[in-house]
Amino acid sequence: MSGLSQKPWIWSYLAALAAFGATMIVSGGQGGGSLFFAALTFASFAVIVGVGQMFVITLGPGNVDLSIPATMTLAATLALKFMDTNTSLMLPGLLIALGTGTACGIFNFGLILLLRIPPIIATLSSSFLFQSLAIWSNRGLRIKPPEPLADFATGGLVIPNLALVAIGVAVVAWIVLERAIVGRWILATGQNMRAAQLSGVPVNGVRFGVYVASAILASLSGFLLANFSGGANLNMGAEYMLTSIAVVVIGGSSIAGGNSNVPGVCGAALFMFLLVSMLNSYGFGAGARLILTGVIIMMVVVFASKRKYAA
Amino acid sequence: MTRDQLRILLPVLSLAVLLAAVFYLQPRTMSYFGLNLLFNLAIPVALATIAQMMIIMVNDIDLSIGTFVSFCACVTATFVHDTPLLGYSILAIAILAYSAIGAVIHARGLPAIVVTLGMSFVWSGLAVLILPSPGGASPEWLQTLMKSKPPLVPMAIIAATLIALVTHLFVKRSSFGVVLQGVGGNERALERAGWSIVKLKATAYGIAGLFGALAGMALVGLTTSADANIALRYTLLSIAGVILGGGEFTGGRVSPIGAVIGALTLTLAASFLSFLRLSPDWQIGAQGAILILVLAVRLLVSRREER
Repeated sequence: MSGLSQKPWIWSYLAALAAFGATMIVSGGQGGGSLFFAALTFASFAVIVGVGQMFVITLGPGNVDLSIPATMTLAATLALKFMDTNTSLMLPGLLIALGTGTACGIFNFGLILLLRIPPIIATLSSSFLFQSLAIWSNRGLRIKPPEPLADFATGGLVIPNLALVAIGVAVVAWIVLERAIVGRWILATGQNMRAAQLSGVPVNGVRFGVYVASAILASLSGFLLANFSGGANLNMGAEYMLTSIAVVVIGGSSIAGGNSNVPGVCGAALFMFLLVSMLNSYGFGAGARLILTGVIIMMVVVFASKRKYAA
Repeated sequence: MTRDQLRILLPVLSLAVLLAAVFYLQPRTMSYFGLNLLFNLAIPVALATIAQMMIIMVNDIDLSIGTFVSFCACVTATFVHDTPLLGYSILAIAILAYSAIGAVIHARGLPAIVVTLGMSFVWSGLAVLILPSPGGASPEWLQTLMKSKPPLVPMAIIAATLIALVTHLFVKRSSFGVVLQGVGGNERALERAGWSIVKLKATAYGIAGLFGALAGMALVGLTTSADANIALRYTLLSIAGVILGGGEFTGGRVSPIGAVIGALTLTLAASFLSFLRLSPDWQIGAQGAILILVLAVRLLVSRREER
């Protein structure tokens, strides 16, 4: 038990559980199943982008991927436009989304490496470009996803299909981070890039992989989100900029890098959604909901840092 | 030339090139009215960029400035317009809150990026509470000031020059400004010299809050109304402006004049494309492209220096 309470990620699950319980108290236990289903669905998008952001943040101070929302929008727009509700083009559509993500990631890291500018500025400027590309290709049209994809994204037995995808992503990420040599490389790079380089870690290769992976995960999440919500729109990714950073931090990863955990990201994603639905069920308006979300994020951070000092 | 002068040269040149291109494409902008139109919306961006610069100067980064400016705009368009005394008190309290956040971030050793991220939810929630739907009205004097037409030089240019000069004198020429830069440069050395870092950070955040509030007020003076999302883009624009103006994320190396020029450049970049008759779809992209271009040139320049 003492081992379990040492794990930073346990708190995000406790918080998620508390938010779920508090909602159930109001509703008198009604609708628990559907809330559970909705939470898993919406948390899935956040988990997929959050895992990508987590790898980026692990690389150390200054590493944040601000292009995630733009990448999501661009990938979803291009893919849906290509498929054009045509069922036979579903697989190529997915490949186009992921390909777009790959290209975005390569572009991001190209800027970081070639211009030697801080990643936050590189991803910021490229996100402006991606956003413009999406606007240009979208032209205000809202193309519906092919029927089977929409069914897949909204359906599921007991647990949503999307949650299965998210769990798959999380498991792979956990294996990469905890069990593979690459994970050690990423952590080493985040703790001290110079030291990692001197000890033979292919630092630039690691950073390249991480930025591309983050963009690919963003494009996957964007693709699923567009299929889920019946089409891509231009600000569909907007909320995921803050969310992707928030789930990483609430999940107990160090914002200074070099220390990350995947289970925390999942718990934090559940918590973020359940928190909003809890505030909804208590009848708070949009304003109060935002304020409480902010206050709770900060409280979690203050609380987390306190435990670190105590240890 | 000193290093500071060299640092400012590139932003000045990039603004000049962009301005020349605009003049070439649309000679009619080379007038009092044209210049005012080009740079009008740059004033709030410049003020927000200075606010961001104060935070970057002490080695932090502020993800909440856009929502804070929106919040201040909402307060200005409602409370300051209806009940000025209450309105100004709210703005003053908000500035104090900014300062308190700076103190808490340092005292508890919290990551600024996360705390300001949390605060961005709070400010935007408050803004939604004050103004659930777009509306409000600008205080009379503010509108008159922002839309005034001084002789010879347009208001936008005067305001930008004034902002740049005042902050330059404060940050670069006053002894207190240099101490503040020192927080970003070498915190520990300052602490050993007997300065309280908590107080210094609180001051830097407080000044940032002041400029954020001014940005919100200027924005309302220009647009004559507000809404809760009016300035969300300022968070990213202000970071880009500081960097474009020769600032760096660490070491307290910032340039107030450069930051104002960076803000002007980004604003101009957006209108540049409409003169090229390219579709407005590319406006945001143009800001990104110009940012990348300037940074690429900066890299070439600094490489030559190294040789």
